[in-house]
Parts: sequence; structure tokens; C-alpha cells
Amino acid sequence: MGLRRYLASKTVWYLGALVVAVVLNFLLPRLIPGNPVDVIVSSLGQGGASSEAQQRVYEQFMKEFGLDQPLWNQFVTYLTSILHGNLGKSFAFYPTPVSELIAQSLPWTLALQIPAILIGWIVGNVLGAIAAYKGGGWDKSVFTTSLVFSSMPYFCLSIILLYVMAVYLGWFPPGGAYSLGNSPEWSWAFFTDALQFWWLPFLSLLLINIGGQAVGMRSMAIYELGSDYVNYSRSLGIGDSKMTNYIFRNAMLPQITGLALSIGTMVGGALITELVFNYPGMGLTLFNAIASNDYPVVQAVTLIITVAVLVANYAVEVLYGFIDPRIRASKSGEK
Amino acid sequence: MTNISSSAASAEIEGPIVPQAPQAPEPKAKPAWRSLNFGPRMWVALGMILFVVVLAFIGPLFYPYAPDQKVGGLYDAPSAEHILGTDNFGYDVLAVLMASTRNSLINGLLAGTLAVLIGVLIGVVAGYVGGWLEEALMGITNIVLAIPAIVILILISMSLQSTDIPFLKGIVGLALVIGITSWPWTARAVRAQASSVATREHIDVAKLSGARTPGIMVFDVLPYLASYIVMAWVLQLASAILAESTLSMLGLGPSGTNSLGMQLHWALAFQAVAVGAYWAFLPPTIVLTLISFALLYLQSSLDEVFNPRLRRGKKKDLARAAARRAEAARKLAEQIEGRQEVTA
Repeated sequence: MGLRRYLASKTVWYLGALVVAVVLNFLLPRLIPGNPVDVIVSSLGQGGASSEAQQRVYEQFMKEFGLDQPLWNQFVTYLTSILHGNLGKSFAFYPTPVSELIAQSLPWTLALQIPAILIGWIVGNVLGAIAAYKGGGWDKSVFTTSLVFSSMPYFCLSIILLYVMAVYLGWFPPGGAYSLGNSPEWSWAFFTDALQFWWLPFLSLLLINIGGQAVGMRSMAIYELGSDYVNYSRSLGIGDSKMTNYIFRNAMLPQITGLALSIGTMVGGALITELVFNYPGMGLTLFNAIASNDYPVVQAVTLIITVAVLVANYAVEVLYGFIDPRIRASKSGEK
Repeated sequence: MTNISSSAASAEIEGPIVPQAPQAPEPKAKPAWRSLNFGPRMWVALGMILFVVVLAFIGPLFYPYAPDQKVGGLYDAPSAEHILGTDNFGYDVLAVLMASTRNSLINGLLAGTLAVLIGVLIGVVAGYVGGWLEEALMGITNIVLAIPAIVILILISMSLQSTDIPFLKGIVGLALVIGITSWPWTARAVRAQASSVATREHIDVAKLSGARTPGIMVFDVLPYLASYIVMAWVLQLASAILAESTLSMLGLGPSGTNSLGMQLHWALAFQAVAVGAYWAFLPPTIVLTLISFALLYLQSSLDEVFNPRLRRGKKKDLARAAARRAEAARKLAEQIEGRQEVTA
């Protein structure tokens, strides 16, 4: 299979996955008996609004969200508005567009995740490589610690860190993203204030990332250290520094894939951590939207998570097609 | 050469292996499972799992309080009477913890087993039958695999929340949803193995002797995949339990029942962390960590036990062969170490 055919088949598969994801994203919330507007309006009723007002709100919502039209029309409307970057309006904060809510929360998530993933990747790989190379007590301690961090649920570490560091020791503020009475703005004072709140959720994500990367890199490096070309090169008397160069370049390849994939799960990977720290990112937005049956917001968040993952996976496959000739040469490809 | 060096690598993982003196042939052959090389890591993992299982299923029989029995106020501190204090509803935390652990384990078992069943079915059929069926099944698998499972889980459980069927809202409904979203990677791994088994000679023998395709798949292909299926099942258990707790913490958990995720959900909702009521949120956190760690640890030690290299040759020779290999690995390790000391 040539490079062009490989790329074409990957593109077709990922486009297929994207279509299925968008259809599911559209269809699943509509499988509910009744429709989402019923839920919203009945919750208004509990708030004491009169039945006439309820009826008016109901009709307006039905019209606004196009729910009075046949499903097929609704889907076409949904598709065209997504393509125009229009994610609809929130139920819970009614006239506010969903894209505005997302624009408020996404930067917080990115501010936590980008540094945590990048630094975690670098530190984790260095630690794992050193552990594999040195062996002995150093290896045992690094490996065991990394294994514990990488196999514990990520939000469990968040809860423990929050309690120990913020509540018990009082070193960090217990949750939130900035001091009360402060509001997001581009100023030095706000930045230093927000930084204090940023450390703890960042650390909790960082430790998990370091653990996962170190475990992966260590086993890759050990595998390479025991391979034939290493023994052969050693017997030829090639120096250690040159050898490590070869070994780690080979061991890096899967790790680079891992980096790209974790960038894809950036949006969806820290939902509960944000919840635990009450950090105003996508996780908290999703939680609030679920609690108030705010379907447009839930759909927007799930769509963004899906698109990010699909794009990252697709990028990895394309990149691999270019770097690794074996993949495009294999006839059956990756099934 | 490859054999020796890679067992050198695994010797490094397991710590030093004590070489055994060559044994005289024993009068009776040991049972087959005795010759499997269960490492200490496996016993540690099994011990942790046993602890959690006892807590979930045996503990409630001897504990005087029920999980839905109001015994105190909001976050009463641990006392002699209530070892782990009370939670936000005034329930005994230990009683709730035992019920939650049981439900989370049941959820994990149901969801994990369902996922493995679907995955094995699709994987074996695709891998053994091949052709257009394989293309179609793997196409579906790849698409489901590409879409993040959490997204589908969130969307389906949101719909389930507003149904009136109590069965679907509880732990069983959640397990079904988790099961039908998490099978794809099992299917993919099983297909790869099944299509390699399909080319072996004993399959030809079975075909020649007139066995039918379903029979071949069950009796001639499946047994060769047993170790992979067991390992996939252990991983699916862990990920199902985590999926349940993630959903519950997002507010999409089973309504009206206890689960580890729901217990954390309530603890966070009632500010247990901020007021320092560690007894309300630490126990479920620790049990979740324990379950997840133990299952992943078990999986990685099973990986070593099921290493196909160990199954070559006659079973009674295995122990001696293992000792021989360990000896060789040790020598090689010494050599490498010696060489490193010289170069250093």
C-alpha cells in the first residue's frame, strides 16, 4: 500500500468516525421520552411560574431550538450551525450562546493541561530512561512510585492532594481559580493571584502524567537494552554515550505517539480534577450543565472532546505514515 | 540469544531470581498449574483484591449498622461506636463504604464481563472467518474505538436519567451502558490473536475431520486465546469501575443506590474536603485506588505468568527449564554488570 492509499484510507475512516460521532451527539439526547424542553419547563414550574407563562416559554423554546420540526430537518439545522461555529444557546443561562460559555471555560482547562502534559512527558521520560539504564535501587524506587501514580484513578490523587496540601497543611487555597472579588483580566495582579490557585490542580495532573510516562519509557528502554543490536554494538566496543543515543531514539517513537494522544485527551482528561478543585474549566461546566439538564452545553462539550481526540489520533496516523515505512508497506494495515 | 536477554530484562523487573540447584526427577509430576511461575507480585495483588472482596461481601454480615440507617448527625467524627464516623446524611461511613464497594464491584463484574463477551465474539469471528465480514466488523470496531467512550457514556446516561424505568437507572443499567461502550479494544486485540491462531495446523486438522465453523471457533480457537481473555477481563474490570465512579462524580451515577463514585459525589457536594471531614471522602478514595492498583498489578503479573515462551515443550520440563534460564540470565546480568564496572 503506497503512502497515498494509506493516507486516503485513514482519512476515510476518521471522517466516518466523525460522522458517527456527530450523529450520536445529535441523536442520543433526543432519545429521551418527551424532549429536553419538557424538563426545563417543568423545573420552571417548580419555581412557581404560572402555567400560562410556562406555555409561552415552552413554545418559544420549541421554536428556538427547532424541536417542533421533523428529526431530519433538525439534523440538517444542527449540522449547518455547527459548521458555522454556532453551538446554540444555553438552556440554563438562557440567552447566553454556548460558545461564550465554552470560551470562558476552555482557557482554564488548557492552562492546566498543556503545562501538565508537556512537563509531565519530559520529566517522565527522563526518569523512566534513567531508571531503565541505572537499574538497582534507583530503578526500584522510581518504578514503584510511578506505577502507583499511573495506576491510581487520577481524581483520587486530586482529592488526597487537596485535603493534605490545602486543607490540612494550608499551603494552597482550597479550590477555585482566583480570589473572591477578583475577576479575570489581563493584569499582573490577577495573574499572580490565579497562579496560587493553579499550582495544586496542576501538580495533581503532573504527577499522574509523570507516572504514566515513566512506566512506559522504562519498559521500552529495558526492551531496547536487551535487544540484539545493543549486544552486537557492545561487542563491537561502541561507547556508552553513542549507545544511549541509539537506544533512546528507538524507545522514543511510541512515546511521541503517546504525547500526541494525550494532547488529544486534553479537554476530556481532567474533568473530575477540575470538579474536585472547583476549577472553572470544561469539567465544571459539564458538571453544572448536567445538573441543570442543559443539553446544548453538554452536547457542545462532548463534541469538543470528540473532535480533539479524533484530530489527535488522525494526526498520529498521518505522521506515522510518513515516519515509519513499515506501516505503509504492511498490506493489511492496522485493522 | 533473544530468549536469554529478554529473560534478563524480566529478571530485572522481578528482582533477583535465586537459581535452584538442578533437581532430581521427581517421582510424581506436579499438577500443571504448579509449574506456572506465579511471582510474588501476583500474590500481593490477589491479597489486596481479597481484602476488598471481604470488605464488600463478608463485612456487612458482621457489621451492626445498615447503609440506610440514620445513626448520627452531619459529619460526626470517628468514634468507638462508628469507626469511620458518619457522612452528610448521618449514615455510618463504614456501612455505606461496604455497600458502595459491593455495588461498584458488581457493576465492574457485569460491565467488564459484558465488554469482554462482546469483544471476544466480534474478535474471534472477525479473526477466524476473515474476508468481508472481518473488514466490516473491524470497521465498526475502529469507529467505536475512535470516539471517546466517556462522551457516549455521558450522553446515554443523561438520557437514562430521565427514563422512568428503575432497572435502567440503577447499577445494572449503568453496567450495561459501560459494557456496550468499552468492548472495542478487546475486540481488536482478540482479532489479532485469533487470525494468527487460524493459520495453525490443528485448525486444518479440525476442518478435515469435518468440524463446523462455530465448533472450531469455540473448541479450537478460543482455548488458545484464554490467557489474553483473562488479562483483558482484568483490565476491563478496572476500567469499568473507574468509568462508574467518573460518571457518578459528574452527577450521572445510579440513582438511589450506593457506589464508590456516589459516595465521593456526595462527599464533594457537601464540602467534606473543605470542612476537613477526612473520614467521609478518604475511605472511598483509598478503596478505589486499591481496586485500581491491585487489578492493574494483577494484570501485569499475569502477563509474565502467561508468557507463551514458558509453555514450550513438555510441562514437567518447565520448572527445570525455568531454573536453567534464570541461571543463564543471572550470569549474563553479572557479565553486563562487570563490564559496566570496567567501563565506568
